[in-house]
Amino acid sequence: MTMFSARNWREYPQRYRLEAVKFKKSGKTYFPPRQVDPETGDTEREMVVLPDTGKILTYTVIRTPGPMFKDLAPYALAIAELTDGTRLMAQVTDCDVDAIKIGMEVRLEFRRVQSEGASGVLSYGYKFVPKWY
Amino acid sequence: MREVYVVGVGMSEWGEIWQKSIRDLFVDAARAAISNAGVDRLDSLYVGCMSGGLFVGQEHIGALMADYLGMRGLPAVRVESACASGGMAFRQAFLEVASGASDVVMASGVEKMTDVSGDGCTDALATAADQEYEVFHGATFPGLYAMMAHAHMARYGTTREMLSAVAAKNHRNGAKNPVAQYPFEITAEAVSKSVMVADPLRILDCSPITDGAAAVIVTTKEVAQKLKRPYIKVLGSAIGTDSIALAQRADITTIKSATIATEKALKMAGKAIGDIRFAEVHDCFTIAEIMVAESIGKFAPGKAGEAILSCETSLEGKFPINPSGGLKSKGHPVGATGVAQIVEVYKQLTGQAENGRQIPKSPTLGMAQNMGGSGASSVVHVLEVAG
Amino acid sequence: MAGIVGYGAHLPRHRIKVEEIAKVWGQDAESYKKGLMLREKSVPPPDMDTITLAVEAARRALKRAVVVKPSEIGAVYVGSESHPYAVKPTGTTVAEALGATPDIHCADFEFACKAGSEAMFVALSHVASGYMKYALAIAADTSQGAPGDALEFSAAAGAGAFIMGMDNLIADCLFTHSYMTDTPDFWRREHQFYPQHGGRFTGEEAYFKHTKGASNAILKKSGMQPKDFAYAVFHQPNGKFPQRVALELGFTQEQINPGWLAPTLGNTYSGASPIGLTATLDVAKPGDMIFMCSYGSGAGSDAFIWKVTDRINQVRDLAVRTKKLLDENVMYVQYGTYAKFRHKIIKND
Repeated sequence: MTMFSARNWREYPQRYRLEAVKFKKSGKTYFPPRQVDPETGDTEREMVVLPDTGKILTYTVIRTPGPMFKDLAPYALAIAELTDGTRLMAQVTDCDVDAIKIGMEVRLEFRRVQSEGASGVLSYGYKFVPKWY
Repeated sequence: MREVYVVGVGMSEWGEIWQKSIRDLFVDAARAAISNAGVDRLDSLYVGCMSGGLFVGQEHIGALMADYLGMRGLPAVRVESACASGGMAFRQAFLEVASGASDVVMASGVEKMTDVSGDGCTDALATAADQEYEVFHGATFPGLYAMMAHAHMARYGTTREMLSAVAAKNHRNGAKNPVAQYPFEITAEAVSKSVMVADPLRILDCSPITDGAAAVIVTTKEVAQKLKRPYIKVLGSAIGTDSIALAQRADITTIKSATIATEKALKMAGKAIGDIRFAEVHDCFTIAEIMVAESIGKFAPGKAGEAILSCETSLEGKFPINPSGGLKSKGHPVGATGVAQIVEVYKQLTGQAENGRQIPKSPTLGMAQNMGGSGASSVVHVLEVAG
Repeated sequence: MAGIVGYGAHLPRHRIKVEEIAKVWGQDAESYKKGLMLREKSVPPPDMDTITLAVEAARRALKRAVVVKPSEIGAVYVGSESHPYAVKPTGTTVAEALGATPDIHCADFEFACKAGSEAMFVALSHVASGYMKYALAIAADTSQGAPGDALEFSAAAGAGAFIMGMDNLIADCLFTHSYMTDTPDFWRREHQFYPQHGGRFTGEEAYFKHTKGASNAILKKSGMQPKDFAYAVFHQPNGKFPQRVALELGFTQEQINPGWLAPTLGNTYSGASPIGLTATLDVAKPGDMIFMCSYGSGAGSDAFIWKVTDRINQVRDLAVRTKKLLDENVMYVQYGTYAKFRHKIIKND
């Protein structure tokens, strides 16, 4: 899937800095940010930055990837719950994919997520790494 | 609202149909349905199609199909809700007849998936997931269902044997379905030993890539009676939705959209889940059938796997699931699947299921559950034998 | 006085052993291990590059800086010979990721292996001049050696980052000296994937002449002698060169030990002496003097004299230590994986 540069650029606050929104009424944090609280309909909100550690809720190891991720296979993908309760999906990198477990502690690191071929734009964002220090 | 009936059904060949284009597939199914119903006209046409644009570079499917069906001028529109497009098209046809706007409406679905490479297909299907927060990170559809599977296994102790039993059971049914893409039996052991695609899902846990179309004629009681063909009644129709992104769901071990749609459809039908005799459900992956069987309220959370292992959902069981062979054996041309489910419910309720695939003791009440993506949309129909 | 407010490093977890590379090319691993004092090197996976290493090192520097808000950083300079883009700065992505945009100056530096120390020099100058309150200098590389070339045994990846300022220092910069000539010992032409080098010409007339030139000059300028320093850090294209130059200049093995990382890290090019400095700061005590001299082919050296302040004890453990990243939890890869990671396998686009 072609990822034009503006499309990725638009997401920088989330992908580069983990910016989320917290709604006033419910106090709930959503990532990625959204305009309306799905539970209360509230639109009053503030920007918050997510914590960078959490635990794996579920995961998989992709052995048959899409065309953009062939060079990484096999790679792990997980949903983790961060220490503030927010959940997000990202790859788990720098690990033995067969050793990943539900409940494993992870940390978010800044990584290259996609490369548009050899000449296109590079897309950066977050990935999980095992939290070992 | 007026009462709504299904009076005739048709399907194209299903499988890797190299010699047929998307329009040929549609016309084959549509003509079969028209002939099966014996209607001499259509008032409008709905075509479920997930991604004509990405699979064959063709949008504007409604007008194209009306034209090739020999019905230029016919009101025609394409309906999209990822893999639930077909079921959604059927609901649109239902609403149009129920509203009184039209009397004879075709609900159809079509997908031509083999005109792109495997990579192209993976990309096209992935558009049903959250592009920015799932696909961007390398999520594939087997990957998303695999994450649900791991969570379900961790929470409820669901096992590899249970997943494999779903595939084996559906292939047993599909082996008797003349349109099935893979009309043969496979053993649970073969599923368990097949190559890993996205842990814990293996290749035989996954539904295939399929070309195919399906069509049904949706009409009024008066028209149905005049045609003197077997017909069934649509008792309930409902849609449920949830967040597209898995990470944002309150619980990823259940398909909330299916629960919402089922509850609404049953309420509309004035029935309880216990009244339903069988179901066609969206088994795009083996884990999906287990989760849907629970989400529609038929089995308690974590209990569907056991029920499938003990043959409760087999053709001869108390609550047969996917007598057609399901997406797993029959095939999964994404936009057509939801309509093909209605075709199977029609056949079962009118006693026309082929090759010993008929559910015993003439079932009178069935349901179809079709879903999009990793379950962000579900459409459920409750159908009853009529005349 | 200008100096370091916060520092940080980042290294890949993956390593490849010299034996594993030697095996593929029919070379003698022992000669690399003994002759160049190289045992293994870091290997960046495909989702890690100079930008990502720079961001993680800089985040650690910010943690240790404590008092510095990203918006207070007036400049970000990244020195590297492996900027991911030929045209489009590394620093813009780094600044954006740190939340330091848009009121900031940015430039990428390139001077073979001393691009990082150049960035440090310029950042120091900016804060010393009063042009800005804080400036961020990053030394990062994911260097490439041609398959089968001697450089393949050493070319490694890593990053060091330093926030320079005038207050809240953990190390004062007492003196600097730069020394440079036009010496063609190592180069990479435009559009070429791997660098070339002048073989043994990279030794006496290149590394040693410039390292000693800058070192002797800064010692003279400062009136100090090797024995006045607690530690010394040199550019380390392998394990042997920094050891030899240190001993020839009158430093001891003990002085270089904390920052002598090449035997198990390899040559992190722009990152080499800056990462060595982070490892040295990790163990330094208040009042310690640290000698540092980089080297970049082409050729030149930047020398610095740092004096560690009391604040080091408060900030040292606000981020992971460099030696921990180097020694713990490493994952060894075989040549096939290494070749895949480093895009050495030819595929159709």
